[in-house]
Parts: sequence; structure tokens; C-alpha cells
Amino acid sequence: MAEIVEAQGKEKGGKKKFKKAPVHVDMTPMVDLMCILITFFMLTTAFTKPKIMEIVLPEKIKKDEKVEAPKIAKSRTLNIILGPDGRVYWYPGSADDPKNPPPLQETTFSADGIRQVLLERNKALFKKVYQFNDDVLRGKIEIPRDSVQSAIRQLKKDDDTGPIVLIKAYSKAKYGNFVDIIDEMAICDIARYTFVDISWIEEDMVKNALGASGSVTSTGSN
Amino acid sequence: MPKLKLPAKSPRIDMTPMVDLFSVMLIFFVLTATVRPQEAAPVDVPFSISAKPIPDANVMTILVANDNRVFFNVDNGPDTSLKFRPKILNEMGRRYGIDFTPEELRKFEKLNSSFGVPIQDMRNYLKGKTMQERSVFETGIPIDSLDNQLATWILCTRAINPGVQTCIKGDANTDFPIVRKVLDILQDKNVNRFNLITSLEAQAVKLDEEKTQ
Repeated sequence: MAEIVEAQGKEKGGKKKFKKAPVHVDMTPMVDLMCILITFFMLTTAFTKPKIMEIVLPEKIKKDEKVEAPKIAKSRTLNIILGPDGRVYWYPGSADDPKNPPPLQETTFSADGIRQVLLERNKALFKKVYQFNDDVLRGKIEIPRDSVQSAIRQLKKDDDTGPIVLIKAYSKAKYGNFVDIIDEMAICDIARYTFVDISWIEEDMVKNALGASGSVTSTGSN
Repeated sequence: MPKLKLPAKSPRIDMTPMVDLFSVMLIFFVLTATVRPQEAAPVDVPFSISAKPIPDANVMTILVANDNRVFFNVDNGPDTSLKFRPKILNEMGRRYGIDFTPEELRKFEKLNSSFGVPIQDMRNYLKGKTMQERSVFETGIPIDSLDNQLATWILCTRAINPGVQTCIKGDANTDFPIVRKVLDILQDKNVNRFNLITSLEAQAVKLDEEKTQ
């Protein structure tokens, strides 16, 4: 409680003299209150803002419109199929012939899984972007900070050796895998990738691969 | 020798420095506080290397929970006096033949969390006073082709606030087809640029750099 410590003044010559005494105010309740407030604000504050990852999908072709699908070189195409249980399959080229489908390769989302496959094919561009970033950091290239991103974008645009990645999702894939694979695209600096619908040939290929591995826990096919 | 007797006085600790410190901390927290809105459904967002923060305003968020319910959220715009939320709800009401009272619109403006309510239940939802009362109606926004309310929400939002950006917040464990459907609906409405909300995972890049050196 607040109290006033009074030093009794000695009477001198009839005059009462009070020594100047410090006024003590008990701060404990104030500290208590502040503790509560700080705890409240600490718990309700969201320090880290959620991050966002941008993706741009190609414009949808309306059914009544007659637009030719863009032609892409088979040799540069890399198909990635997201399978169930975090599996991921890939094959180069395209699957047109249902009787003789190209062999599917299974890999994982780990650093030496799909990332090695992508990096191997995208070595030239990846090195270019890496070198560019390195030069900017070391100050070899004088460039304003806000134009670094657009310079990298230009590098990606000019690239014509890297793979064209087509991402497809099998019906039992999870959303997390989709984010993972787009993340891999960003990590490996893939210039050209898009998300397309899976064809029935590829669905069969995945089914065969799942059957072959023999460790499918989820039965029932689509 | 007589014992030395100290005056029996309760020890006092000077709290003033503590109060000073606490004041500083309190002011810091008050100023940096952005209240974390309660999410309607628990969502574990996937990780990515993207370090771009979510914009402060002009965002519509489509939330896909792992039980395949779809939620929607939109903010009031960069300035609360713009009142985008009530305007959007009013527009929705007009399209579905529901007349929302000004009071209901105001309530909707204040609720800043995502909602997963069919528009027919919106009135009852807004009547609920607590989160528990409201959550009864959260059955998810219908997205099937017969009753595609999500598409109407997107349409209304874009009509009221043309500068809106689309964010998709999905649980890592959500089935992909449902997300694909949401993407399809967005693309039908000519939204081709999305932001996927993720949390940062910085380690992935480091690993990569070591490998290439």
C-alpha cells in the first residue's frame, strides 16, 4: 500500500521542520497488471506473417473456343506425376501410345529425389541464376535491389535448354505434394512449368506402378 | 554483550525499474500487435522456400480444410471506411434473394474470420454470439456445379473490389482433387494468378547451395 514515510522533524525553536522525505508508492499491483497485459499481447500477437507462394496458371481454354494447344518439344518435356502417399513419378517425353507407355520412374520429395532429376536437366540455367545471385551479393554486378528479381526473370525467359515440366496429379494426391513440387520448381529455378490434367494413359501407368510396387495400402481405384 | 537488534521492518523492493521495463515491453507489444484472427478450421499449411509476406489488404482467402470443407474470407480493404465486406454480403444477398438488415451487415463487417456457411444459413450464422454457436452452421461453402456459391462469392468480391488478390490456404493433408476444383472455379472466373499460403522453411535452399558448390 502507498505509504508516506515521515521522518519526524526535530523541534527546534518552536518551529516544526519536516525533512523532505521520499514518497514510496507500492508498485506491486501495477507490475501485476502489466504482467497480465504483456502476457495477453504476447499470446495474441502474430509475429510472423504467413508467407505466400505465387503461381500463375495458363488461361483456361473455353470449350467453345478453338485454340490449338501450344506445341512443345518432346525432348525437353519432363512429366511429373504426383502419386498417393507422397510418391512422385516422372518420365521424359510424352505418353501417346497406350500399348507401349514409357517407363515410369519413382522418386521422393527429398533433396536427392526429384530435385536431382530436375537439377540435372536444368543445370545451365541453375548455374546462371546462381552465378548471378552470387555476383550481386559480392558486388560484382551493380544493380538496384528491386530489379534483381526482374533480371532473374529475364534470365529464365531467355533460357532455351532447360526442361519444360508438366505437373500432373493422380486422383489420390495430397495438396501438400502439389505445394512441394511447385516449391521444387522454385528451388531448381525451372523456367517453364505448368500444371495440366492427367490423361487416362498416365493414370493407367500410375496404377501399374502402384500395383508393381505391391505396397499399396489404399485399395480401390478410380 | 547484548545482541544487536535490527529493527523489524519488512524488506521493500523498489519496483520502479521493473515497472519501467514492463512499460517499454507493453508499449512494444501494443504497437506491433496484429491480432491473430481465429481460424474457423485448423489448417496445417505446407512448407515452401518462399519468403514473400502476405499483403496487408485487398486479399480474399479461400481456405480448404482437411475435411474438404471450403471456407472463404475477404478483408475490408486498405481502409475500413471502404466497407467492402458488408457491400459484398449485400451483393450476395441480392443475388440469392436474401435481404440482410443493416445490423446483420454490420455484424458481418466486424467478424474478421473466415466463414464456411451456405448463404441460406448466413442469417442464423450471424445471429450466433459466440464462436461455438456460429460453428454449428459451418458446413462449408457449396462448390458443386449445381449450387456453386464459391463462384458467386468470388464474382461479387471482384465486382466490389477489383484490386483483390487471391490466396489459397490449404491443409497439407487435403485431397488434391478438392483443391483442383477450387482452382478450376477460380479459373472459370478468369483468376489465373494465385498465392498459396505457406510457411517458411529456409533449410531447403541451404542444402541446395552446398550441393552445387
